[in-house]
Amino acid sequence: MPVDAAPSPLAGVPYEPGVDKPDPILIVEGMRKAFGGLMAVDVHKVSIQRGLITALIGPNGAGKTTFFNLLTGFDQPDSGSTIFDGQDVSGFSPFRLAKMGMVRTFQLTKSLTRLNVIENMKLGAKGQVGEGFLQAFLPFFWKGQEREIEARAEDLLARFRLAHMRDEYAGTLSGGQRKLLEMARALMVEPDLVMLDEPMAGVNPALTQSLLEHVKSLRSQGITIVFVEHDMDVVRDISDWVVVMSEGRVIAEGPPEVIGQDPDVIDAYLGAHHDAPLTVAQEEQQLAQIEVQLDEPGTDAP
Amino acid sequence: MNWNSIFQQAISQAFGLNAVVFAMATIGLNVHFGYTGLLNFGHIGFVAMGGYGVGMAITTFGLNPYLGLLVGIIYALLFALILGVPTLRLRGDYLAIVTIAASEVFRIVVRSTTLAPLTGGNTGITAFAAPFYELNPFTERLYSFGPFFYTGPNLFMITIGWPLVILVTLGIWQLMRSPWGRVVKAIREDEDAARALGKNAYWYKLQSLMLGGAIGGLAGILLAIGNSTVQPDYFVPVQTFFLWAALILGGVGRIWSPIVGSMLFWALLTITDGVMRGLQSTGAIPSWLMDGPQVGQVRFMLVGLGLALLMVYRPQGIFGSRQEMMLDAR
Repeated sequence: MPVDAAPSPLAGVPYEPGVDKPDPILIVEGMRKAFGGLMAVDVHKVSIQRGLITALIGPNGAGKTTFFNLLTGFDQPDSGSTIFDGQDVSGFSPFRLAKMGMVRTFQLTKSLTRLNVIENMKLGAKGQVGEGFLQAFLPFFWKGQEREIEARAEDLLARFRLAHMRDEYAGTLSGGQRKLLEMARALMVEPDLVMLDEPMAGVNPALTQSLLEHVKSLRSQGITIVFVEHDMDVVRDISDWVVVMSEGRVIAEGPPEVIGQDPDVIDAYLGAHHDAPLTVAQEEQQLAQIEVQLDEPGTDAP
Repeated sequence: MNWNSIFQQAISQAFGLNAVVFAMATIGLNVHFGYTGLLNFGHIGFVAMGGYGVGMAITTFGLNPYLGLLVGIIYALLFALILGVPTLRLRGDYLAIVTIAASEVFRIVVRSTTLAPLTGGNTGITAFAAPFYELNPFTERLYSFGPFFYTGPNLFMITIGWPLVILVTLGIWQLMRSPWGRVVKAIREDEDAARALGKNAYWYKLQSLMLGGAIGGLAGILLAIGNSTVQPDYFVPVQTFFLWAALILGGVGRIWSPIVGSMLFWALLTITDGVMRGLQSTGAIPSWLMDGPQVGQVRFMLVGLGLALLMVYRPQGIFGSRQEMMLDAR
């Protein structure tokens, strides 16, 4: 269920795969990526509404993470185009996309272990003068900017309850704290679109709630969020719109409460024939069992 | 055994020309590996570039000697570009393979007879350093003060070399505490994370490779002028690993470790040499076990043994922090 009572900007948008949104921040068209003979991603069209939380779900091996990597430039598609904020960004490298305001996190957190927490945060800030080689020798040019960045970083750390870890190596944080740090660090980039790859994976339930609150608070700041998630409870709780992938394709779209009832989605998660054997070996085993059962009465009978 | 003389030699070596050259070269290696995480297994190639740059500029091309210094640095920068542009987009291991191969290819090419008119072939380049020694105030043959004793030309290079090493160290120190250093260290920790935060990892790695390479080239210039010669067979791959030894001894990614590591490396080399020769002369090491010339080889075996022990008992080196090192193991 949408959390806020205000009418959704997606009211009236039909619940079908690839449907156009009234104010899309990201539009993907004809994106395909094959690994050898396996078509990992074959997305006809997806558009992401600005300012909302969109969940990307699907069973294991549906191509969600590959799709994520294609969107963020970490992998290049065989074909297809990406339009971000009205600009064609197909083939852009990850750092250019990040500079434009599309920032991602990773399923396995990438905290920079041998930098301390505050340095991790400060790294995220855009347009730092001191990142130029020659300017780096002249602190005069960037000391002021550095102070501003540090103040902003400390604000965010306080919001994410990491302020007490400010000067610790990021490598000493717990798994959940690393997720928090990674999210906070992504915000240092001042993004318009945040892509979270399984933000709740490996986080203890107590922390999950606070992570969810953070994600919601991003939406209220006007940041668009796309996230990959397995946990349907989480998806129902925070997402405004759900895109379902299976076997590389988008099979359904719609609000979470509608998606939960969609027969295609249930099939994708549970298998089209719920009692069908999973592998050839299992099938043979089942046949053998049936044969034994059929033979036994025959030998016993006089 | 004359402990006094062994101590004198060790301390003179610790502050001598070899240690200066090693310290400078190792600073470059520290920029590469210690701060950026670039696996450079051919650092001696950059040193060779500096040496051959200055040597060829003066003898072969007849340039102004001070312009020759610049040519040495330019050679090293070009070497970094040629190695870096194709490999830095790939995984780190590729740079390791390419650097070790390229440094050896360069040595074999410059010592070839075909190139002898340009590079002096296997005898290398000599007679280019004279213009620099015109400035040498230490005109006597031998200088001795306290435990130190140096030849005049050596003392000249040392008095120029150490302040230069300190200057470069301070420059790197400033660089690594700037936002530039933060990006480079982030790339060392996780390149993809840096890219996801809008940093052009490839460009920073290339900058780092060029910076460390230029510092290696500077070491080569000091070496060439200090010895008044460039010999191709000095630049064998094993020298790269001596530089690594000095870096690891001091502690990877620490600002003062190249200097202290190089000084200790040369002091230890001199002490083991002196002790073994002493033991030979008293008959404690019988001649069937080891003769005079073999001492020079055995001391390197001892260096290897020492490094292995260091890796086991103090992997972080002298300045490193064990806590920081152990973070990676999580």
